[in-house]
Amino acid sequence: MAEASYPEDLKYHAEHDWARIDGDQATFGVTWYAQDALGEVVFFDPPKVGAQVAKDQAYAEVESVKAVSDVFAPLSGEVLEVNEALADSPEQINADPYGDGWLVKVRLSDQSEVDALLDVGAYKDLL
Amino acid sequence: MTELDPRAREEAVTIFERSRDGRRAFVAPATDVPEVPVADLLPASQLRERPAALPEISEPELVRHYVTLSSKNFHLDEGFYPLGSCTMKHNPKLHERVAALPGNARLHPLQDPEYAQGALELMWRLQGALAEIAGLPHVSLQPSAGSQGELAGLLLTRAYHEDRGEQKTKVLTPDTAHGTNPATVTMAGYEVVKVGTAPDGGVDLGDLRAKATDEVACLMLTNPNTLGLFDRNIEEIARIVHDAGATLYYDGANLNAIMGIARPGDMGFDIVHYNLHKTFTQPHGGGGPGAGPIAVSDRIEPFLPSPQVLRRGGDNGAGRFVLDDDRPKSIGKLRGFQGNFGVFVRSYAYIRSLGADGLKDASQVAVLNANYLKARLAEPGIAEYLSIAFDRTCMHEFVLSGRGAKEKLGVRTLDIAKRMLDYGVHPPTVYFPLLVDEALMIEPTETETKERLDDFADIVRAILEEAAADPEILRDAPYTTPVRRLDEAAAAKRPVVRWHPPQV
Repeated sequence: MAEASYPEDLKYHAEHDWARIDGDQATFGVTWYAQDALGEVVFFDPPKVGAQVAKDQAYAEVESVKAVSDVFAPLSGEVLEVNEALADSPEQINADPYGDGWLVKVRLSDQSEVDALLDVGAYKDLL
Repeated sequence: MTELDPRAREEAVTIFERSRDGRRAFVAPATDVPEVPVADLLPASQLRERPAALPEISEPELVRHYVTLSSKNFHLDEGFYPLGSCTMKHNPKLHERVAALPGNARLHPLQDPEYAQGALELMWRLQGALAEIAGLPHVSLQPSAGSQGELAGLLLTRAYHEDRGEQKTKVLTPDTAHGTNPATVTMAGYEVVKVGTAPDGGVDLGDLRAKATDEVACLMLTNPNTLGLFDRNIEEIARIVHDAGATLYYDGANLNAIMGIARPGDMGFDIVHYNLHKTFTQPHGGGGPGAGPIAVSDRIEPFLPSPQVLRRGGDNGAGRFVLDDDRPKSIGKLRGFQGNFGVFVRSYAYIRSLGADGLKDASQVAVLNANYLKARLAEPGIAEYLSIAFDRTCMHEFVLSGRGAKEKLGVRTLDIAKRMLDYGVHPPTVYFPLLVDEALMIEPTETETKERLDDFADIVRAILEEAAADPEILRDAPYTTPVRRLDEAAAAKRPVVRWHPPQV
């Protein structure tokens, strides 16, 4: 995705992660800014299904041609599913960070945490 | 590059593909003693079933192959090489002559120490000089690289704490640290805890205080740090770390900035590694050979690697040099034999040629050169696109951010770096440290002239002018190198590191 984009329907975290909330579940990924700063992603090291992730804590790693970076959880919960397709094509994180480049699906343990996330305007102000 | 360019035609040919059955670069004379079959000398389990598939090639073709390869390599003897945190200074040719003396170059590692007294004396004297430079009394030359020096430092930290009956699980590294620091922490079995950077580019003291718990074994620090900035709070940092019962480790990658001016031991560091191949000259950058000696304080000394080079007996030249392995608390050997001796010879030659005043002068000129180049690159026409990340007087290197070039010209730091190759300059370090957007880390070293620095500033300006006219020029660069822009993602995902013969 060549042009910067930040969908209106997502919630954002200052460490350049997004969450798409769906009831008591959420999908996590990294933002356009994050994938652009990382450069071409060559490896995604996901958490295990069933693992607990905690808001603001690292839960996965992405390796790009520049560096290995932690990915931070925007919200707490239990990992229900990881994006298995990224094992073979981690470049989807660059190509489609809000679609095929999603990282994990999580069952949220504390939905009140959502209130602390940023909306698109507040996130863009950080960039 | 056209098909007619000889470099293009030669590109993919390995020495194995040049091989033809029966060719030889050297033919041994007929033996004049009875031949003994190798099977009579070695056990069957040690014998090959068939001869090794070595390339068979004539001497002229062999020479041409490697000379051609070497001519494709960019090197310091060819051009400016301002690779940040790597200290690509000139390697005086005198050192090569000294290292090549037969007594140095042909010394066998299994030589009885009694008959290698000169070599051991050189190592002992190098240890003494390094101890004086670091301000820490005990040195081991064993680690073979900065990374192994770091590992040694953390193994020493663990041994020190275990000797005191303490269990510690975490090691602090700043978010500006060299990547080897967290890698070393993980390899040594500790957990990495990152410490933030304050607005002035130094360690965030509040964050350090919060994280310096009694679980912390060590803080690994570079000073000047990877932003090229001297941390003015170093004494307070040492106090915080020591109050937590942890050791303070000095990553010596940037030692070139402070020789003879400030000593890590005086700042409160317990363990230091040196990159002899950087600060104390040794051709490097192709993977070695290097040397990463360590110096330590009295409380860490009992744990140093074994053996240690010591002088026993009388002074006045009457003493004998020995390899002492009677070290019950030692972390043991880090490698076979004593290290890359040729590096020791070159570094000792460097230290003795310059002397104390000369080393101090080298550091001062390294800092002066960096500040001069920083000022040249702050001129209009450059600074709008490549701005200084932390605008303070720098030490031996400084970091620019290519954010302006990205936003205003649509070119990345990588594009600028690749275009520099066409101008005959090795690019600076790029995309490090990670906290600077589109980072460009420049270390000119003390061995460059003012004209060379001015030339580099002119090249940067010319490249940015090209980008303003047509960014595609940069995006497609380089044009004049043996290979063009490489696919780094494919190289990381599907590396081909071994040539396989075609299946017959």
